[in-house]
Amino acid sequence: MIEIENVHKSFGSLEVLKGIDLTVRKGEVVTVIGGSGSGKSTLLTCINGLETIASGRVVIDGTDVHAKSTDLNKLRQKVGIVFQQWNAFPHLTVLENVMLAPRKVLGLPKEKAEEIAVKQLTHVGLAEKLSVYPSRMSGGQQQRMAIARALAMSPTYMLFDEVTSALDPMLVGEVLDTLRMLASEGMTMICVTHEMKFAREVSDRVAFFHQGIMAEIAPPEQLFDAPQHTETKKFLAATH
Amino acid sequence: MFSYTFHWNQAFRALPQMLDGALVTLEIALLSMAIGLALAIALTVFRLSGNRVLSGVATAWVEVARNTPALFQIYMAHFGLGNFGIHLSPFTALLAGIAFNNAGYLAENFRGALKAIPETQARAGRSLGMSSLQAFRYIVLPQMLRVAFLPATNQMVWAILMTSLGVTVGMSSDLAGVTQELNARSFRTFEFFALAAVIYYLIAKAVTLAARLLAARMFRY
Ligand SMILES: Nc1ncnc2c1ncn2[C@@H]1O[C@H](COP(=O)(O)OP(=O)(O)OP(=O)(O)O)[C@@H](O)[C@H]1O
Ligand SMILES: [Mg+2]
Repeated sequence: MIEIENVHKSFGSLEVLKGIDLTVRKGEVVTVIGGSGSGKSTLLTCINGLETIASGRVVIDGTDVHAKSTDLNKLRQKVGIVFQQWNAFPHLTVLENVMLAPRKVLGLPKEKAEEIAVKQLTHVGLAEKLSVYPSRMSGGQQQRMAIARALAMSPTYMLFDEVTSALDPMLVGEVLDTLRMLASEGMTMICVTHEMKFAREVSDRVAFFHQGIMAEIAPPEQLFDAPQHTETKKFLAATH
Repeated sequence: MFSYTFHWNQAFRALPQMLDGALVTLEIALLSMAIGLALAIALTVFRLSGNRVLSGVATAWVEVARNTPALFQIYMAHFGLGNFGIHLSPFTALLAGIAFNNAGYLAENFRGALKAIPETQARAGRSLGMSSLQAFRYIVLPQMLRVAFLPATNQMVWAILMTSLGVTVGMSSDLAGVTQELNARSFRTFEFFALAAVIYYLIAKAVTLAARLLAARMFRY
């Protein structure tokens, strides 16, 4: 379970998160929508401790992420994150990209890491690309590789930050299909997305962010068809 | 007006001697690169350390190495330090001078290479649970090496050519030194220096070629 309690976060004098409360239960899929600069990405990086917070708490399975005593490297093994820019490691083949963390972080022997990597890459449809370098693949393939790379650590939770935003429209579908597959397998996920149709399909709940505040959170039918907050209405009207 | 008659035989007879000198040249260049690399890594760490004294020393080193004549750097190592009672042999002074120069250029090269790797790369590593050291070691460093490799090769060639400045501090066993002595004995300046130039050229080309082949093997992406 991910418990976010009254989280505040500032960059300099700019307050980006103004008291966020959100609890995500195991198996739940929560999507986050909202305008540019509303703090969606920042929230994700505060969840896995890539960013510090000013006040409040993020607790993952009982571990306070921002407590001094928390081993973040250990915590991040159970919280995978995939970014808009997939950040393939260009000097490694697809297989090596996915094997690296299982080997170096989990300390698995080569054969075992390779077995896991092959399984995850097959899962995201890249079984044919094992020995290829990322530069030889499309953005969609690289993004799926990044997803496999995160999954290879067997995370309990996955955070996705607009993973289709940097892709050609033609390649968006294959990546969304991968996310749908994960959702249907019961992965606990928080997805920041601009794909409203996708959000409606996969989400248990949809959260709408506005200027650092979670203005509204509700099941998709309600949030999309009967939004309560005026800002949600405005945002949805603008995206249609 | 063109009354000089070439005596190439004399030069070719001295070839074994000159090749021995070439080995010394190569030895100094390789040693100076090894020392220069180690120093450059230290300088790079110093510059990133955030410690004012360390980064000040490193910056000064890089500035002086890159913006003063290499000849002066070697002179300083020999005669300059001599004034303070530190007497380095021509070999050591030459090696120290070139290593000093190499370190400055390589440190700057490393800094550029580090800047060329987007921060998001290390961040991606960190988000997979790697420590910052692991992210550096397995993700940033290998990519840095590729960026830094060709400029470092150029520095190696430059180091080979710089060894010829050793004659000014009394170095006599390297290629330039040997050539200079042969010249002094025979006055066959053109022949000896032309032959030496060809040898320098061939060494430099061989190093560049070897580096290219190595790069093609190491950096396949
Ligand atoms: N490292 C940073 N330093 C300073 N300001 C930052 C930093 N990261 C984000 N911000 C600022 O924080 C605010 C929220 O950014 P964030 O990236 O969380 O928004 P977002 O909702 O993800 O937007 P988008 O839809 O454009 O991705 C923005 O105003 C942004 O400029
Ligand atoms: Mg964002």
